Amino acid sequence: MSNKMLKVNIQKELKEFDLDVDFELKKGRLGILGPSGCGKSMTLKSIAGIVNPDSGVISLTADDETVYFDSNKKINLKPQKRNVGYLFQNYALFPNMTVEENIGIGVEKENREKTVPEMIRRFHLEGLEKRYPRQLSGGQQQRVALARIMAYGPDVILLDEPFSAMDTFLKEQLRLELLNSLKGFKGFSIMVTHDRDEAFQFCDELIVLDNGKIIAKGETYEVFENPKKVQVARLTGCKNISKVEIIDDHHVRSLDWGLEFEVSKEITPNITHIGIRAHDFAFCQQDDVNVINTINSTIIEMPFEWEITLANGLWWKYDKQIHEHEFKIPKYLKVDPKNIILLEE
Amino acid sequence: MTDWSPIFISMKTASLSILITFFVGLIVAWALVKMKNDTAKIILDGIFTLPLVLPPTVVGFFLLWIFGVRGPIGSFFIEFFAYKIAFSWPATVIAAVVMSFPLMYRSARGAFEQVDSNLLDAGRTLGMSEWNIFWKVSFANALPGILSGGILAYARGLGEFGATAMLAGNIAGQTRTLPMAVYSEVAAGNMGEAFNYVIVIVFIAFIVIFIMDYVTLRKEKQWRHD
Repeated sequence: MSNKMLKVNIQKELKEFDLDVDFELKKGRLGILGPSGCGKSMTLKSIAGIVNPDSGVISLTADDETVYFDSNKKINLKPQKRNVGYLFQNYALFPNMTVEENIGIGVEKENREKTVPEMIRRFHLEGLEKRYPRQLSGGQQQRVALARIMAYGPDVILLDEPFSAMDTFLKEQLRLELLNSLKGFKGFSIMVTHDRDEAFQFCDELIVLDNGKIIAKGETYEVFENPKKVQVARLTGCKNISKVEIIDDHHVRSLDWGLEFEVSKEITPNITHIGIRAHDFAFCQQDDVNVINTINSTIIEMPFEWEITLANGLWWKYDKQIHEHEFKIPKYLKVDPKNIILLEE
Repeated sequence: MTDWSPIFISMKTASLSILITFFVGLIVAWALVKMKNDTAKIILDGIFTLPLVLPPTVVGFFLLWIFGVRGPIGSFFIEFFAYKIAFSWPATVIAAVVMSFPLMYRSARGAFEQVDSNLLDAGRTLGMSEWNIFWKVSFANALPGILSGGILAYARGLGEFGATAMLAGNIAGQTRTLPMAVYSEVAAGNMGEAFNYVIVIVFIAFIVIFIMDYVTLRKEKQWRHD
């Protein structure tokens, strides 16, 4: 495990922008988070060899190095030779083949008899061997697609927004299933998503991509806690972001909300915005620090939280029980100075 | 006594021509789906579809112009093989192939284009060879569309009249196909004889379409519904 590495450094000219991605993966699961059309899928497809980058290097080091792509050395390994599993958004199961045949397609003939039943068991597909993909539920289809990839025995698994077209209930269940299925997998996996919950749940490391460029890179927790950039904060789910004017080392004035805030961290001159997560407000007295008046707020009831929009546009989310239906908005709210996220454009 | 030779000639012509049309149509359709140059694609598509749009006699005129004794291919065959294509049995096959080709080609192309390109990429990432991907994924999933194109092309070949008359003529026992025979009998005032041919052609057409439709529907049902 220690000397394994996946190196990706690719450039490609696209219609809307240029893709320029450079990262190294040494262990486990990587997430690529970004809005739709930011080049995430293109990156994944380049690794699989379905799409060719204009220039760069893609290589996998397991015991020895396999170069998938190198524009300088004119190396471009066919997808068939890369040993990369790709989980497509629509699973891409072959509709003309049964579950068994789908799983066995990537396995050498002489090993099929052994491998296929093993995968059927491992992915709980017993009894469905002779069914066609159309006769399966979404969850079963995903398991067949994963079984097909695992049967092939790839070094890298690429997951292309596997839950984007699903309702919430199915999504949560399948996320868990996917996570469990991938637990035993010793290679690398990369998941592309625009959903911060998915990224948070699935990935050890995270890359945030916007317009083809990497705007944040690091441990998932770290990226979420300290997004540093406005766009990263937005993608990691920070609801309140405002342009600011710096007053001194620990005070800023928000231009969007018309408020002044005290900040624990030292404010450097490159800071242009602040962010406040919707859950980071607390009840307080009028004379506290960073106090916000809640006059003229609107409130929306959700099953497990109240969503309150303050008159100045700030979002506040407050957890509740399912049977609670009344909530009296406090007169004043505060934000702890250490909960204010400093951001740059 | 009815002369049954038109039936044999028609069956022979339709069978050989569907064999040619089917495979050539398939290959051409696949090649055009794969083609990257859009201008070339449009031009080629126009050429291959033309026989469907033009009056059959106009197609026959062009065929005569190419395969006739003074035509480029016709004169070549006479010079090197001492074989006259025009007004021979192979001419009925040429006419049927050219006239039925657009139906086969267009159906197959449409069917190939309907196949989700993710399936092909999935095949590649699972290590399938391009040959296997073509047969087991593209062809297999386009099969219902390809077969229905084959049915149409077969029916078109069986019923070919105008271009055949121009290139192959109407020589009894040689190039007189069923549609020709019907025409000749009616022209000669033998409605009874013509009716015999009509019965046979309707029967054959129905049987063929029934068999192929049955195969197509069954296959399709298997994977599309529960």
